[in-house]
Amino acid sequence: MDVAAIELKNITKRFGKIVANNNVCLSVYRGEILSLLGENGSGKTTLMNMISGIYFPDEGNIYIDGKEVVIRSPKDAFDYKIGMIHQHFKLINVFTAAQNIVLGLKSKEKFDIKTVSKQVKAISEQYGFDLDPNKKVYEMSVSEKQTVEIIKVLYRGADILILDEPTAVLTPQETQKLFAILRRMRDAGKAIIIITHKLHEVLALSDKVAVLRKGEYIGTVNTAETNESELTEMMVGKKISLNINRSEPKDLVDRITVEGLTCINPEGIKTLDNVSFSARSGEILGIAGIAGSGQRELLESIAGLQQIENGSIIYHNPKTGADDELRGKSPIKIRDLGVRLSFVPEDRLGMGLVGNMDIIDNMMLRSYRKGKSIFLERKKPKDLAERIISDLEVVTPSAQTPVRKLSGGNVQKVLVGREISASPTVLMAAYPVRGLDINSSYAIYNLLNQQKEKGVAVIFVGEDLDVLIELCDRILVLSSGKVSGIVDGRGADKSNIGLMMTSYSGGEAYENV
Amino acid sequence: MIVTLLLCIVVTQLILFVLGFSSNNTFYEFINAAIIQGVPLLFGATGEIITEKSGNLNLGIPGIMYIGGISGIVGGYLYENSTAAPIGALCIIIPLLSSFLGSALMALIYCFLTVTLRVNQNVTGLALTTFGVGIGNFLGGSLLKFFGRTGSISLNKIAPYFKAKLPFADSLGNFGKTYLSFGFLAYLAIIIAICASFFLNRTRAGLSLRAVGENPATADATGINVTRYKYLSTIIGSMIAGLGGLYFVMDYTGGAWTNNGFGDRGWLAIALVIFAIWRPTSAIFSSFLFGGLYMLCIYIPGLSSSTTELINMLPYVVTILILIVISMRNKRENQPPASLGLSYFREER
Repeated sequence: MDVAAIELKNITKRFGKIVANNNVCLSVYRGEILSLLGENGSGKTTLMNMISGIYFPDEGNIYIDGKEVVIRSPKDAFDYKIGMIHQHFKLINVFTAAQNIVLGLKSKEKFDIKTVSKQVKAISEQYGFDLDPNKKVYEMSVSEKQTVEIIKVLYRGADILILDEPTAVLTPQETQKLFAILRRMRDAGKAIIIITHKLHEVLALSDKVAVLRKGEYIGTVNTAETNESELTEMMVGKKISLNINRSEPKDLVDRITVEGLTCINPEGIKTLDNVSFSARSGEILGIAGIAGSGQRELLESIAGLQQIENGSIIYHNPKTGADDELRGKSPIKIRDLGVRLSFVPEDRLGMGLVGNMDIIDNMMLRSYRKGKSIFLERKKPKDLAERIISDLEVVTPSAQTPVRKLSGGNVQKVLVGREISASPTVLMAAYPVRGLDINSSYAIYNLLNQQKEKGVAVIFVGEDLDVLIELCDRILVLSSGKVSGIVDGRGADKSNIGLMMTSYSGGEAYENV
Repeated sequence: MIVTLLLCIVVTQLILFVLGFSSNNTFYEFINAAIIQGVPLLFGATGEIITEKSGNLNLGIPGIMYIGGISGIVGGYLYENSTAAPIGALCIIIPLLSSFLGSALMALIYCFLTVTLRVNQNVTGLALTTFGVGIGNFLGGSLLKFFGRTGSISLNKIAPYFKAKLPFADSLGNFGKTYLSFGFLAYLAIIIAICASFFLNRTRAGLSLRAVGENPATADATGINVTRYKYLSTIIGSMIAGLGGLYFVMDYTGGAWTNNGFGDRGWLAIALVIFAIWRPTSAIFSSFLFGGLYMLCIYIPGLSSSTTELINMLPYVVTILILIVISMRNKRENQPPASLGLSYFREER
């Protein structure tokens, strides 16, 4: 076909100073599957949200069937027959599949849920879905819920479909089933865009691949004419020098040894699969991986917050010299041994700090048990809060300011500062620089380095490969819950790590493609 | 739904038969009284169910029912005093409209605070109840003084229109006396409850409304105007609940106002919503049951005053039992709307 179903020309989107998409061009034809590939934070979802009407582009034009269009709301997107299936399902749990599918649709026809069920059945049969329209959503598996979402957009007549990381929550078998359906939809003449960062899926499914890197449009290639290493290079780019100070590790002693660690989430999927490694005092161990590859579960297992299916975590206690098994110990006991976790989740206040309490009270969250009398001892936490404020240059009117009123970077400094102040022997930091500006990021890097020089075993989970390579002594690469390798931070090859992150697992599920 | 109604009648008749009461007039009186007591509760509960289905937990209902009653009284009083020969239709329409107006204004305050300004729903509701009861008593106590009169309010000309029975009720013996001898508002309560059930379960708008109460973010994403649904359902729900107050002052007390006369019926209506597990049709039968429990102490001879209070507790005790049972059975359909009591705002991205 000559005219693209949807074409983006020079799309730019900024959030404040951050450029989420810069000059992106993209086109998809009917009867074609396009993969949109990129690392976390490369702007894939932002771009797709502009097509589905959630964001409005600052610059650039969108064409549908060659005609320029303006998409201002999700409703406009529906009208142009664009349907987006989000990563997080938007379904009403107590409604049936059919009720969810018809929800919000305006029609002059008499409302009869039985007719809707029949129509849903017809769509299911056409594309090979397996769905009972009268099943309640709360009784459904993740894959069934996804099916409801897809049928929902098809029922609304969508012929341009966007799927945001549809396989992230699926088992390999379910993924295969989904891919078969997507191919059938492609053959029926629909234009499909699938957002993903799994290379093997890209190669197995799509006709074309468009690559984004840090908001920049890198290019589009035909899947048949490319291979994994070329795509990886497009995705991660050339190495950038950051000049983070990195001292040579001294007095390396094993501090934590993890053996065969396996965790299973409530959906029955292995979040960690036979993970083994050791963290040593006096070095920073980096953990690299696509978001959701098991980083969170790994840290939480060590901190005692995860149900562990199998394996052991041995802590080599520097004070007593004994080897302690951490599995089965309560989080408080583990903390008392000197293992500290500073986790910065997507919403920074979610774990570790209480937004409505001031900085001093948040310090006390970790220390109030120490007091002997029934009254709280406020002097020490106050000193600590003031020390953190001056040492880490936390911008706040006073130590009595509620934490939620601070900016994101300052909140993180408070959190990291508190964990470091307990002089831990193991410090785990997950995404400690998430959303921080450059100066604050370097302040955090320096803090971690200081801890390392003091002989602390630091575990650093990061998103940016450049940072990991410059900061860490060793980098453990996770891929779908498995360790795909441990590499030396010095002289590590960025595209090699990128490849390890994306293409370790699930190989056998796609071999018949 | 009509089946439910017929079932109510059959069940009560059966109880009568089994207990050998078939000729006992006292028991017929009791059933009749239970229904009369049940009507204000049914109005309140239906209104509150519609409101809660949008995710708004309106604890202002007791106050709103007071306002619904006093507004009707004020409207009726002004009309009765403005003309020497009141017209029949206006005698009904004017109190109805003024009751609607009063309840709707209260609901509007509630919505503005909780939906637009996102104030805590419980605090707002409780404040509205206190406010409504206060305003009701203030107007009830001082209405006559405004006009330079003394005595107590009694709308002799208007109330009979609200109390008018079905013309053939008396000719049908005990059955007629027990089930057909109510003013039109009693039948309206049942009709509204049945319509509400139909609306919630069989219409597009009803589906959307339930979606708003379950998960407003999802409803929003499918293009449903969450704010509009919350405002409309709360206002319409309040107007229905206000009718309960109107029924009480016009039919039950026959056009007279006594301060605090409405008592705790508003809270009983809220308990009834839980008892009926958010189903208007279940509320019909339950309201008569609650009405019966409310009146029970009068029909049991020789009670001391403390025992009377214990019997009056029964509706609340039953509600607590129901809460325990539904939470133990843990069936998703019987749970309150998932976002009940929570404010919704589309997050700033």
